[in-house]
Amino acid sequence: MFWNREIETIDRTALESLQFKKLSKALSDAASTPFYKKVFKENNVDVKKIRSLEHLKDLPFTTKADLRLSYPDGMVAVPRSEIVRMHASSGTTGKSTVIFYTAQDIADWADLIARSMMASGTTRDDVFQNMMGYGLFTGGLGLHYGAERLGCMVIPASSGNSLKQIQLMQDFHTTVIHITPSYALHLGDVVSEQGVNPPDLGVKRAYLGAEPYSEETRNKLQEQWGLTAYNSYGLSEMNGPGVSFECEEQCGMHIWEDFYIAEIINPDTGERLPDGEAGELVLTHINRAAMPIIRYRTRDLTRILPEPCACGRTHRRMERIKGRTDDMLIVGGVNVFPSQIESVLMKIPEVGNNYQIVLDRHENLDRLHIRVEIYSKMFQGDLKALERLKKKVVEELKALITVNPRIEFLEPGSLPPSTGKAVRVIDNRKI
Amino acid sequence: MPQQISIFAENKPGKIERISGVLGRNGVNMRAITIADSGDYGIIKILADRPVDGCNALKADGIAATLKEIVAVKIDDSPGGLHKASSVLSKNNINVNDAYGFTIRSSNEAVFVFQVDDVRKTEKALGDAGFTVLGDNELYFL
Repeated sequence: MFWNREIETIDRTALESLQFKKLSKALSDAASTPFYKKVFKENNVDVKKIRSLEHLKDLPFTTKADLRLSYPDGMVAVPRSEIVRMHASSGTTGKSTVIFYTAQDIADWADLIARSMMASGTTRDDVFQNMMGYGLFTGGLGLHYGAERLGCMVIPASSGNSLKQIQLMQDFHTTVIHITPSYALHLGDVVSEQGVNPPDLGVKRAYLGAEPYSEETRNKLQEQWGLTAYNSYGLSEMNGPGVSFECEEQCGMHIWEDFYIAEIINPDTGERLPDGEAGELVLTHINRAAMPIIRYRTRDLTRILPEPCACGRTHRRMERIKGRTDDMLIVGGVNVFPSQIESVLMKIPEVGNNYQIVLDRHENLDRLHIRVEIYSKMFQGDLKALERLKKKVVEELKALITVNPRIEFLEPGSLPPSTGKAVRVIDNRKI
Repeated sequence: MPQQISIFAENKPGKIERISGVLGRNGVNMRAITIADSGDYGIIKILADRPVDGCNALKADGIAATLKEIVAVKIDDSPGGLHKASSVLSKNNINVNDAYGFTIRSSNEAVFVFQVDDVRKTEKALGDAGFTVLGDNELYFL
């Protein structure tokens, strides 16, 4: 099923000429922003001299660090009065990366999500329960607007509160869900514990995103719930979800190339790689007036599948994300850098350097443990002080990364000696 | 002012064995021991004849230990003995954070040992009420 057959099946030549037209506009918009004005000047880039898509590879990359440097609005290309929305992700140094949208940007994004959902058969007759977090995170509101655009009945359930989720599914006959794969597995177990067979709930389709997972997990989920599960990919820097989505074929995610120019590069050399080779995904947003971003290094590892898809769409597909080029952790769908955790712990003198970050999965939910060694010099001799310390660590981490950690206090010498690298992460999760 | 040794301990087997071994090897005698438990970990509190030496020996062995000031008051080893002393505390609005007690074999007396926020205020209140508050040497060598 097509939302916009003309654009989804456009021939490659026409698509590339559309891309170039949009790229030229994005570049001239970008050149008006304080950030790119400076970057283009430093790199002797004259946007008027970019005369083909091929020239894009000569432009400098944009990184997450650049987004922080230009905080809060150094990359904004429109007057403040044109902006109707912002989203943000948490930052390593307390500063977030913030993304802005005009009314047209929001409408275009919703349209892209409607297209993405219809590609796997969702229509206005569906009841869509959105179990991604609402708020600054893009996952919740992104699909929300798209599903409304498509005409679904939307249940803005947000994440968590499993019993309520199940009741909503039962009472309103939910047919489509948007959920992280780990939460879907957990919720399936909760449904079974309630004495209900998950397939009996009648959910037909799930959109899975916000965290990496395997084909095995997809199969398990499909069997557990009796539904068909589709991969989705996105990142707030590129709007949020909707960068690429699977169609009914379930074999790779179509990158919506009328909105994004995708490149795969060697993460070490920055050199562009041909289709089919694995490397880091680099994206240029060519359809956002408020905030064009050029050659953004996603740090996600994948490859582009150039072969035509049986569905008839001409937009190339990308494989599921295989990993990252940095140390970013995804905990319950939330992006967390070890350096963020470190910055909190380092500020608490009692904790200092003696800690370990451990991730595991309990009943399909991610758990973050912070293990701290208690030394004589930080030990005041009573339980109350230790409980206060625990509370402080939990609250500060929750405020920064929105993840609720479990704090474990250990005797001296329990952790392996520091090897000079302060951050120690042990990820026991099996994806 | 008397002190007790407070030791951080994970809740797992062999803790008391290790601690008592260190104190025994260093000739430190224990007068009383108590454990405050908080699930995964707890605090072991020891009243010893040489608390400073004991604490240092434990630290040298890699154990997280510290000295904590306490109040030790002599009470009658008879029904209502503790009640008289605790009445003084409540009249003075003094909250007991953590406490234990033991009896003295040679006399008909007992010692009530406890932690409070303000040690000096507590000692004065008990002294004014006629109780014998024990100093370090009196307590350690009972």
